[in-house]
Amino acid sequence: MAEIRIDKVSKSYGKEKALMQGIDLTIMDGEFVVILGPSGCGKSTLLRMIAGLEAVTGGTISIAGQVVNDLEPRERGCAMVFQNYALYPHMTVAENIGYALRVARVAKAERMARVAMVAGSVGLTEFLDRKPGQLSGGQRQRVAMARAIVREPKVFLFDEPLSNLDATLRVQMRHEIRKIHNRIGATSVFVTHDQQEGMTLADRLVVMNKGTIEQVGSPEEIYERPASTYVAGFIGSPAMNFLPGEIQGGAVILENGIRLPVPGLSGLDGTMVQVGLRPERLSLTGPGRGQISARVDFVEELGSARLAHVLVEDIAISVLTGDKLAIAPGDEVGIAIAPCVVQLFDGTTGKRIETAAHAAQQVETVS
Amino acid sequence: MRRAYFKTSWIAAALVAPQLLIIFVFFYWPSAQAVYWAFTLEQPWGGGNTWVGLQNFRNILSDPYYWNSVRASFLFAFGSTALAMGMALILALFADRQLRGYKAYRLAVIWPYAIAAPAVGLAFRFIFAPGAGLFSYLNTLYPGLWDPSVSGTQALLMVTIAGAWKLVSYNFIFFLAALQSIPRSLTEAAAMDGASVMRRMRDIQLPLMAPTFFFILVINITDSFTDSFGIVDTLTGGGPARATDLMVYKIYSDGFRGFDYSGAAAQSIILMGLVIALTFVQFRYVERRVHYT
Repeated sequence: MAEIRIDKVSKSYGKEKALMQGIDLTIMDGEFVVILGPSGCGKSTLLRMIAGLEAVTGGTISIAGQVVNDLEPRERGCAMVFQNYALYPHMTVAENIGYALRVARVAKAERMARVAMVAGSVGLTEFLDRKPGQLSGGQRQRVAMARAIVREPKVFLFDEPLSNLDATLRVQMRHEIRKIHNRIGATSVFVTHDQQEGMTLADRLVVMNKGTIEQVGSPEEIYERPASTYVAGFIGSPAMNFLPGEIQGGAVILENGIRLPVPGLSGLDGTMVQVGLRPERLSLTGPGRGQISARVDFVEELGSARLAHVLVEDIAISVLTGDKLAIAPGDEVGIAIAPCVVQLFDGTTGKRIETAAHAAQQVETVS
Repeated sequence: MRRAYFKTSWIAAALVAPQLLIIFVFFYWPSAQAVYWAFTLEQPWGGGNTWVGLQNFRNILSDPYYWNSVRASFLFAFGSTALAMGMALILALFADRQLRGYKAYRLAVIWPYAIAAPAVGLAFRFIFAPGAGLFSYLNTLYPGLWDPSVSGTQALLMVTIAGAWKLVSYNFIFFLAALQSIPRSLTEAAAMDGASVMRRMRDIQLPLMAPTFFFILVINITDSFTDSFGIVDTLTGGGPARATDLMVYKIYSDGFRGFDYSGAAAQSIILMGLVIALTFVQFRYVERRVHYT
């Protein structure tokens, strides 16, 4: 069974300081793991190390119980889908898909049969004789997928395969990738910088930042209980509001002196914190009501909802509201903040601070 | 590509004039002169010529020495082209693999292109001298093994190697550029598909270099037919027994040594026609098989 174990892996180029250090990650057999992070965080490098296209500087990577550090890519049983598809321009679609089989000396009749079957499953049957240059972006993407599938690999690796597609196609291909995974069940590692792709595809999400893993968890876990301000800010759209403050007497005193009551803060007096508030978890009420009063700065219409940018004195907060309230710039409003939506992060380290409210909320969601 | 249009045509004419003038003075004029000479009989010391029609061509084509020269030229051209392309390809593939020290090596390979043909000829004359260096040693062990001043085959081989050596660097630059323009992800994809290094070269890199191969083929063949004078002159002087009397060299020796201007002019016309025909054949039949991405 193809479990991938990444054990204390580090990577550096030449004598420069390490790009990546002490990466530990275990990917279960048949799991769909998405590695999410901004460009330059090392996510692609990690994927390429699993594939065998980059050397591992330190630590070990094993696939299905076998250490693969010194194995050639072809000995690892992985198939990879590249960002720019990397189709062979001089070969037809059928030759592209069947190339791995040809290299593996699969008899021609069987090769053709397997190519035809896979091509059929991704809707490419009528394009088998074309060259990649004659295909659209979505079709090329399918060829790249088919080329990976036909080998029946133990592990699928995806290096931002959807980022060259337009928005509609991207969503469509996303669904297809997930369906293919559900059908084949091979272990999949998918690298992307698109949080929506990550949230929707993943069984488990790995958030990376500057060569380290910030958090590993289910998409829901990462959204609801981000381990750090970095993860909290990276996941969720529109982005989370962060308000710096200090805990005093069971409440957070914001920088401008406004008091935000949060239950379950005993024993944390004097801690500098960042208060994280998701725009979609806040709501607007009439002036004087709610936990804080604010003044509307401007409103963005999103169609399904509105994003109100309000000012609490000089601090800007965005609130996503489904009600089509008649709000206009300059209006006085109140912001209702349920205690359970307040997330606290350490002001200096950015690490999450657990509060009693969350524990209570956990119980609530479970029951 | 952006195109510019000139409203007044005389500006355009003035801008292309210098180029046209150079081509006219150094190509069309001498070519026209050669064509005229080819159909006349020119007196060796000047002073008038007589129209003789195709007589010069008849003389040349019935001359066994001329056909010997054509044969030697073909052997030289195809031999040195094959050798130069093969060597350059191997060197470029190594350089592209970025083995240790490839940068210094890349520079070293490019240098020979800057060396003039007579200098190349002179260098190879020392290298292949039967009485000195490596070959004198081999000749002591096996007497009579190597002497290009006696053996026509060896002389032609020597000229071919020297000619190829001069082309290698030029070809190398183009092959390396072609290799480096192949996206890395393609060879990586082939590696993921299970292809070994050699297999990747054969299935991915070489087919994608086809346009460059074709270009280099045309250039090398043309170059071997027309630009081999310096090497032949310094290495063998056309000998022994006319074994390396290439067409270009024969034009020179007949014209300026034998004072047969008209015969030499006719030979130039034939050589020009031959190169044009060969280039045409290459474009017509080889280019079809080239895949342009």
